[in-house]
Amino acid sequence: MGIAVRLSGVSKTFGSFAANSNISLSIEEGTIHALVGENGAGKSTLTKIIYGMHQPTSGEVVIQGKAVRFASPRDAIEAGIGMVHQHFMLVPELSVAENIILGHEHTWLFGSLPLKYAKALILKNSEAYGLAVNPDALVASLSIGEQQRVEILKLLFRKASIMIFDEPTAVLTPSETERLFATLRSLRDKGKTVILITHKLDEVLAVADTVSVMRKGEIVGTVPASSVTKPELARMMVGRSVLLRVINPPASPGETILNINRLRFCTPQSEERLRGLTLHIRAGEIYGIAGVEGNGQNELLQTLWGLAPEGSVISGEATLKGQSIIGKKPAKIALMGVSHTPENRLRHAVILEYTIAENLLFGRHREAAFHKGIGFNSRTIQRFTAEMISDFDIRCTSPERQPLRALSGGNQQKVVLARELNRPGISLLILAQPARGVDIGAIETIHKKIIDARNNGMAILLVSSELEEIIALSTRIGCLYKGSIRHEFSQEEVALKREAEHEFEKEIGLHIT
Amino acid sequence: MNSKNLRILVPLLSLLSALAVSSLIIALAGRDPLMIFQKMLHATLGTSYGFGQVIFRMTTLVLVGLAVAIPFQVRLFNIGAEGQLLMGAFAAAMTGAMLPATLPSLLAISLCTLSAMTAGACWALLAGVLKVRFGVNEVIATIMLNFIAQGITGYLLTWHFAIPSTVHTAKITDNSIIPTFDSATGWLTNSPANLSSLVTVGVALLLWILIFRSRFGYEMRAAGLQPEAARYGGINAKMHTLTSMGIGGAMAGLGAANIVLGYKHYYESGMTGGTGFTGIAVALLAGAHPLWLLLSAFFFGCLEYGGLTVNAWIPKDIFMIIEALTILLVISFSALGKRLQ
Ligand SMILES: Nc1ncnc2c1ncn2[C@@H]1O[C@H](COP(=O)(O)OP(=O)(O)OP(=O)(O)O)[C@@H](O)[C@H]1O
Ligand SMILES: [Mg+2]
Repeated sequence: MGIAVRLSGVSKTFGSFAANSNISLSIEEGTIHALVGENGAGKSTLTKIIYGMHQPTSGEVVIQGKAVRFASPRDAIEAGIGMVHQHFMLVPELSVAENIILGHEHTWLFGSLPLKYAKALILKNSEAYGLAVNPDALVASLSIGEQQRVEILKLLFRKASIMIFDEPTAVLTPSETERLFATLRSLRDKGKTVILITHKLDEVLAVADTVSVMRKGEIVGTVPASSVTKPELARMMVGRSVLLRVINPPASPGETILNINRLRFCTPQSEERLRGLTLHIRAGEIYGIAGVEGNGQNELLQTLWGLAPEGSVISGEATLKGQSIIGKKPAKIALMGVSHTPENRLRHAVILEYTIAENLLFGRHREAAFHKGIGFNSRTIQRFTAEMISDFDIRCTSPERQPLRALSGGNQQKVVLARELNRPGISLLILAQPARGVDIGAIETIHKKIIDARNNGMAILLVSSELEEIIALSTRIGCLYKGSIRHEFSQEEVALKREAEHEFEKEIGLHIT
Repeated sequence: MNSKNLRILVPLLSLLSALAVSSLIIALAGRDPLMIFQKMLHATLGTSYGFGQVIFRMTTLVLVGLAVAIPFQVRLFNIGAEGQLLMGAFAAAMTGAMLPATLPSLLAISLCTLSAMTAGACWALLAGVLKVRFGVNEVIATIMLNFIAQGITGYLLTWHFAIPSTVHTAKITDNSIIPTFDSATGWLTNSPANLSSLVTVGVALLLWILIFRSRFGYEMRAAGLQPEAARYGGINAKMHTLTSMGIGGAMAGLGAANIVLGYKHYYESGMTGGTGFTGIAVALLAGAHPLWLLLSAFFFGCLEYGGLTVNAWIPKDIFMIIEALTILLVISFSALGKRLQ
């Protein structure tokens, strides 16, 4: 087998900061090559260089034996490289087939699109690689997992032989992840080369042939995946031993903070998404919601943060310390003592053009402590920013000048968590996918902070697609299925079953499908 | 290239290319571009009268530029500065003509200015309300409101308020006239430049503080950049749509005060001469930044007045082409700059 991608001495600097320094790496054809490393280690940057989105500051990129210098992704696609981004690049109003041929129509202005040919090819590819999706369906109607399959079909349609996946499993359910892995394996078996970035080390061990570990812009090791264990990998990444599961001392919950009683939610399209959901959360406990995406998580979060779309009908009860939340606006709810990290941080939790310091303030800019005159107190903010950055180990160069956009994905998430976990005077913390996209070292820190917050008497609602996370953190667990809690595990049950995690995961799995 | 350099480079490039294209057109019209530019330069910056003319025009342009720039911070495109200017001008002239002549000057001027700003703000707010209540695109709404403003002012002038056999209203009372620099200090002899220019610089500075240094501006820009995130952050985006349109319209009204109270002293048909549209180019060239606006308005002020002074050599029509082309180039380059970023 030849070498699909060879990098020699590749560096990439932004200003004076080296995101990649002197990287040499060979990726063999027909293998799955995983790339792991801390947040900000330079994984995305490296793959963007291969994909032509960044130009290396120095060094050489050789694709299938030919030295290349891509000016843009267009050149890379031409050379047989494809990339599945974490945020899909699909047009929701078009059908699957139309999306796939988009940009590759090969037709005259008024000629008809080669839809028939495309559909045949799509069907062939879906069969060969286990990518079942209806070519005539509108993309808007597809689940996240299906949309990802469309992205992969798009690459196959363009005859890509090197495929890059940047954290593809972050948004998938466990069963979708399994499916994706089956696809990746069959791609490899047909001679394609797969480059996979992920923070989940179990996945690396399960699917990759080779794994490269990055730290601070350099490759610190490349090893066959079969020759390492999870703790070893973690140590290579972070440079110290990592506690893979947070210590969760018994909780002693107090009074009820959040009380949800027979909550119903009808979307403007009159689909019933919550059907009599009932749960309560006490001070000093973490209530974990396990469930497959689309069973009402979104609607529950929207209700609790006052963002239900206009025209939805909500009935039932949701009270915070006896005061109703339903129908209130986000600013008002925050003032009642609620803090919220939304699932989609890029869209909902940050302003990408604002600096890191400004983002640490976002949504909390109404707090008087930050004010001075009609503006902000820069001294206070500077102190606050420095504190948050060191507390949460946010990797950045100059927080007062750097826009948030320039941070790596995981570090953006840390900014949001730092801000929301530290709101003064809160009694309820709503966390949706808090550890999505952060590395295992950072997960350790974040989980510790969440447990600390609980110990300080906060009521915490945790929504996560990672069962592992739910089990590690929760005091009680509710299994959400079709808009109501189908089963609830009590504090004693959770404490007991946590010891046999695998069995517990399976048991929860039965209640949510 | 990093985005900071780009922000300086793009306007510079657009100006240079405008210069090149204008030279070409002047040459095609059979004149020596160098000679024309020299004459323009002398007429605008070389004499104190000419400089006063530039300052006067620049003042209006800064204000209509702000009328476009402030809503632009919330990603609203206010094409309606012209209509807001018209409404403001008419209101200023009416108020000025009706006030008792015994009022203290400061009070009279303030009242007239206030009425101009209110008229402009209301006119812009109409578009804001349509947007917030019914989702009407503000570009379309403001364009339509321009026509309506033209209709209203035209009708009121010709049918009710014009002095017989003229196309203007009665003169405003003497105490509502904003003094020119000439009358106040003897500077800028005979030119229409008046004290509102000073106010305008102050206003631009205040708006800069409001947008970039205040909490209000922090929210406002966030609502413009990522409306969905703003909702999560508890920011009332609708309120910001309305206030930014309101402030924008008020600025156009203030621009009208400069013309009516500082120079013409009455409302005359066609007196705004499309300045409101030039405001769009002024704002774009300055990247909608209140302080850069001063510079970009100065440039367009020079161009506008300089064009008039070379009438003897270059027909007015040719100069209209040059000015419009400059605006087009500025707009195209700023769009290109966006893409490069
Ligand atoms: N456009 C940019 N300008 C300045 N710095 C940047 C830019 N893009 C990335 N960086 C910096 O380069 C470093 C590497 O970023 P990169 O996105 O490659 O990290 P990563 O390994 O993918 O991390 P994560 O796991 O968090 O996604 C980070 O410190 C980031 O701040
Ligand atoms: Mg990344």
